[in-house]
Amino acid sequence: MGGELKKAYYIARKDLKAYYLKPPLISWGLMLPIVFILSFYLRNPQGIQEVSPGLVGMTMLFSTTSMSAIVISFEKRIDALERLLMAPISLRIILLGKGLGAAAFGWVMGLIALILVIFIFGLQASHPFALLISSLLSCFAFAFLGILISVGVREVFEAMTLSNFFRFPMIFLCGVFFPLTSMPLILQIIGYALPLTYSVNAFRHSLLGHGGLLPQWLDILILLGFCIFLFEIATVIFRRRTQE
Amino acid sequence: MEKEIIRVETLSKHFGAIKAVDQITFSVKEGEIFGFLGPNGAGKTTTIRMLVGLLRPDSGSAVVNGHDVIREPVRAKESVGVVPESSNLYGELSAVENLVYMAQLYGVPRGQWQPRAEELLKEFNLLDRKGGKFQGFSRGMKRRLTIAAALVHRPQVLFLDEPTTGLDVMSARGLRSAIRGLKAKGVTVFLTTHLIQEAEDLCDRVAIIVKGKIRIIDAPGGLQEMVKETEVLEIQPRPVSPSLPKMFEGLPGVEKAALVEDKIRLYGESIHNSICQILNRLEANGIKVVSIKSLVPTLEDAFVKMTGVDAEIMRVDKPMKMGGMG
Repeated sequence: MGGELKKAYYIARKDLKAYYLKPPLISWGLMLPIVFILSFYLRNPQGIQEVSPGLVGMTMLFSTTSMSAIVISFEKRIDALERLLMAPISLRIILLGKGLGAAAFGWVMGLIALILVIFIFGLQASHPFALLISSLLSCFAFAFLGILISVGVREVFEAMTLSNFFRFPMIFLCGVFFPLTSMPLILQIIGYALPLTYSVNAFRHSLLGHGGLLPQWLDILILLGFCIFLFEIATVIFRRRTQE
Repeated sequence: MEKEIIRVETLSKHFGAIKAVDQITFSVKEGEIFGFLGPNGAGKTTTIRMLVGLLRPDSGSAVVNGHDVIREPVRAKESVGVVPESSNLYGELSAVENLVYMAQLYGVPRGQWQPRAEELLKEFNLLDRKGGKFQGFSRGMKRRLTIAAALVHRPQVLFLDEPTTGLDVMSARGLRSAIRGLKAKGVTVFLTTHLIQEAEDLCDRVAIIVKGKIRIIDAPGGLQEMVKETEVLEIQPRPVSPSLPKMFEGLPGVEKAALVEDKIRLYGESIHNSICQILNRLEANGIKVVSIKSLVPTLEDAFVKMTGVDAEIMRVDKPMKMGGMG
């Protein structure tokens, strides 16, 4: 098993080395979150603290899912994904490796956003361990969501478009800019079915020390549930797609 | 008795209503070069994809190096190397990085990554380009590196899907010599090709596959032997038209007529008795005869006679996919 996990690490390391400078990653994974943070700050400098946890979560979501789209759909288009399928590695380890690469990229981007909001906007990070765990689980959940989205499409731009179909509503439904409780009940229900809600909630606990709808440990537990659920679904869909 | 390293029994795969591979049974002996020869769409690639665990068969079984490809796919993959039709390594990585990455994925011990990569680069004449990115390589270089990548873990069986497709004559010749070199080192080679000459040059045994079914398996010499009794008459007509072979339908002594490049080939067991009728028929249709000669049957003739597939169809390359990234 140790050898298998090492292979997941090699896959992730190769992906990060090969793709971190790909244009779609820079535009969707880096530029967009920066533009959001800046525009929000310029519009309302006083209110930036309140939305900072959401902006960090959103940065992680966009960076991670963009990387997932690249490592899956780009490699599928050029048949390089078959390289992995031909190698003596189980499908779960392949997906774990792909997820690890995407999550690592998203986490580093989120960390940069976090450092920005802490040092520039003066936030304080309490419960750093809970923040670390919730941010890592968030990135893994987003990575597997991204893989799930990308597995059905052939082109990178299709993966990006389909990702946006999920990502943009999540900005508004998951408490990034305004609390979930201020929305109509039906939208709240949808919000509770999305992982970003729990990421933002957990980050609010750590960065603002208040405002969480659920206790932080429950956010972490639900995020873990999302990771397992999305990973399993991605495995089933991926297996079906690749054996077609 | 020679050890069977690949054993396939009643293997089938369909896509919708199309039977891509239909109940094929064959075995490959250790250390031989075994070829799958057939036109595009015959089921060659589908067979390889099933044998290397990329595609799940609908029915039947396949055992590679003692491991069932359905029940133990990971174990089966450990001892095989695969060279797909498209050279699909990672364009962003250099030649040596690509090989090291493959060594990592195939569980080669860490201390051997770099030396093995360099050894293969030297063997495939790519050492001076070891730091060059794959996406900047020529088609022949890409192909060579893709084969090197499949050998990084010293597999006992190498699968090659249309190894020389899209290569120039010199690169193809070099590659064929490299494949023979692998056999000399004891590697069993399973290759697919639509080139009759390639099968004849390289393979110890050839399976002819048409429309998902294996028609016959024999050594190239054995296949030729089967048509030894057949006489082949080659006529260069003027003008040439695709409908020319139809003209000979029903002519006594002519079993099969086919257009090969700009010549008509007629097959039959005692075709020399029908030469007058053949010439009369051509004249009656306003076709002049530039040359006429009797040929010793080749593997191509054996193929045409046995499958009914015109040799012309076999010369058509599949449209190339883009190899590498860009």
